[in-house]
Amino acid sequence: MDSKAAERGASENEKETPQEQEQEQVVNPWEVAAKEGGKIDYDKLIDKFGCQRLDPSLIDRVERLTSRRAHVFLRRGVFFAHRDFNDILDAYERGEKFYLYTGRGPSSEALHLGHLIPFMFTQYLQEAFKVPLVIQLTDDEKFLWKNLTVEESRRLARENAKDIIACGFDIRRTFIFSDFDYVGGAFYRNMVEISKRVTCNQVVGIFGFIGEDHIGKYSFPPVQAAPSFPSSFPHLFSGKDNLRCLIPCAIDQDPYFRMTRDVAPRIGYHKPALIESLFFPALQGETGKMSASDPNSAIYVTDSEKVIKNKINKYAFSGGQDSIEKHRQLGANLEVDIPIKYLSFFLEDDAELEHTKKEYGSGRMLTGEVKQRLIEVLTKLVERHRRARAAVTDEMVDAFMAVRPLPNMFN
Amino acid sequence: MRRRGGGKGTQTSDLPFVSHGPQPIVLSLGVVDELQIEFSQYEHPVVMTVEDQAKYVGNSEGGLSKNLFLKDKKNRFYIVSALADTKVDLKVLSQRLGLGKGGLRMAPEEALGEVLQVPLGSVTPFALVNDSARNVSLLLDQGFKGQERCLFHPLSNDMTISLNVCELDKFLRSIGRDSSYVDLEANPPVGKDNPPDLAALVPSDSIVLPDLPEKAASLQAPPKAHVVSNNKSTEITAKATEPSRKVKNVKDKPVNSVQPSSSFKDVGQFVEEILDKTSALLLSEITEETIKQHGQQLGVVVSNCIRERLASELKTDTTLYMQTAYTEGFHVARKMFQSTDIHHQFRCL
Repeated sequence: MDSKAAERGASENEKETPQEQEQEQVVNPWEVAAKEGGKIDYDKLIDKFGCQRLDPSLIDRVERLTSRRAHVFLRRGVFFAHRDFNDILDAYERGEKFYLYTGRGPSSEALHLGHLIPFMFTQYLQEAFKVPLVIQLTDDEKFLWKNLTVEESRRLARENAKDIIACGFDIRRTFIFSDFDYVGGAFYRNMVEISKRVTCNQVVGIFGFIGEDHIGKYSFPPVQAAPSFPSSFPHLFSGKDNLRCLIPCAIDQDPYFRMTRDVAPRIGYHKPALIESLFFPALQGETGKMSASDPNSAIYVTDSEKVIKNKINKYAFSGGQDSIEKHRQLGANLEVDIPIKYLSFFLEDDAELEHTKKEYGSGRMLTGEVKQRLIEVLTKLVERHRRARAAVTDEMVDAFMAVRPLPNMFN
Repeated sequence: MRRRGGGKGTQTSDLPFVSHGPQPIVLSLGVVDELQIEFSQYEHPVVMTVEDQAKYVGNSEGGLSKNLFLKDKKNRFYIVSALADTKVDLKVLSQRLGLGKGGLRMAPEEALGEVLQVPLGSVTPFALVNDSARNVSLLLDQGFKGQERCLFHPLSNDMTISLNVCELDKFLRSIGRDSSYVDLEANPPVGKDNPPDLAALVPSDSIVLPDLPEKAASLQAPPKAHVVSNNKSTEITAKATEPSRKVKNVKDKPVNSVQPSSSFKDVGQFVEEILDKTSALLLSEITEETIKQHGQQLGVVVSNCIRERLASELKTDTTLYMQTAYTEGFHVARKMFQSTDIHHQFRCL
């Protein structure tokens, strides 16, 4: 089945009734849950959504085109699926650039490591390919879906912007905007063009809206779709209607962009390409994604070394055996072990990771040692982030969010 | 007041003439909860050095203290309070704090007034009562614990008070501070496998001083020839009841109390920090062992190691530097256009 047929099939699958979906895992922008007691089946997800696996040959290609080692998230299969990423690479090879688009729904001040992942990866993409980036803060979405005032959601957007900036984006090629501030003008014109091409039935099918939902929810999807089109940013991409867009995101955002890709050719633009990541597992295990409402399910960027140590030691689900003897005999279950999973996200050294997996899996290394190493790695990461975050001033946020030209954004 | 007996010398003469002799005075310090702290108090002429101070009070029971007011490259401040005989090596301390070698210097004179609000020659742990000193870290000599009493200046150097170090702890607790006792003469190794043992004592916030073109003459305490004041007790209480006095230089930023590191604006500081990090890593990688292990190849090995370990940290730092510079430029441009109204052109079209 070619990719286009897979996509069509996927849109049709979305029309399953809620009852049929109950038996299955649930993955959409507002909810992620595995089948009872299990983990997320990513193969099934790729099948159902109709996107493609990122195979090793694509990773090699990225390394060749960027003349540098692929990011650890690519090497370890954290970013594992895509749509049309090879078209982006083809165009890049021909000298045609693209721009990056990613975003965050600022629902809380506390960011955890799971939130940072798409930003860390996007920062690498920006640096490796030397391309501009737009970052959307969907403060309107959070206002519509959560119990927040407009003021509060705008404030959270600015606070989150600081953590995002701390990931090291190039201020000379990055535009951060909040919906409440920026929507209007050409951006709004695109929103309306998009809304005219999507029916109520379609959004019900994709997002599961019901009759009792307020119309704010129904009108939101075009807001998240519009940044996929360069003409939404006339101060940046004026005259470049042919510019392609690449969207790094977690795979639960796929439904928005399926809808966007469906509309794109009908309004004369390239379909945005996607590169998608797994969910970062919660400390307690791989049955869903991290939740901002349970502080012990995640490591936050504000956690001190002590807190990190405590959380990992106390809450990180271990695949080790109950007793040392049993462990030496059987080894650890690497499939469910959270410390190993976290290390595979954040431990840069491939050789060390391999060695650790081997020793732990065979029982020669104990859980305590693996956890200790993880604590070191995470502490360093969080420290670096905190340091960078402390250097971000309100003036810097203003500069990143100013509607300004970005000369040399492709150099 | 003149000293009785002739000649100089570190040997003290009789106890100094003070209008009120040494006696235990229980005072209430108007700090928090009217703390009752037991101490004895001596007046004497202004003294600028420990030797001079010793001439007047060295005979009384108690370990004389020396107090250093220090600053690191990131504008963080420290008071190191030690027994006069304890050897304090700033290079060693600097490493133990994780500031690299040579990361600690004596703080400039302006800082005494701005941060500690004491005159020259009066550095004392008691200065922490001032709100302006809330981010100053205090390191106390472990040796104080072995003394019956210790001698400090209160907030000026024409007086010395003698108290048991537990009373000092009480005072510090009352202003919300911990007492951190350190073996100041220890010299533990610091390197890859031995993290700096005093790193926790580094303040989380830096204090940025304004550029004072004229060194305020008021900072120089005029030497008082005679001690006249009868209100000895007010010296401490006066400052203590002004907890709302903020450091004048903290710009009126509404909420943001964390001052971003100034090394991202100052080229010299920035470069020094890079060199400090590189040099620290270099020095820690060249040991007898590694020389034996790698011989001629050590240069290449260390060079690769430096690249590997520092690349991403230096990238982060440099990105922050660049972001800061851009932000400054952006705001200058915005100001320029605001005055001519051209900025309206940049609205979303």
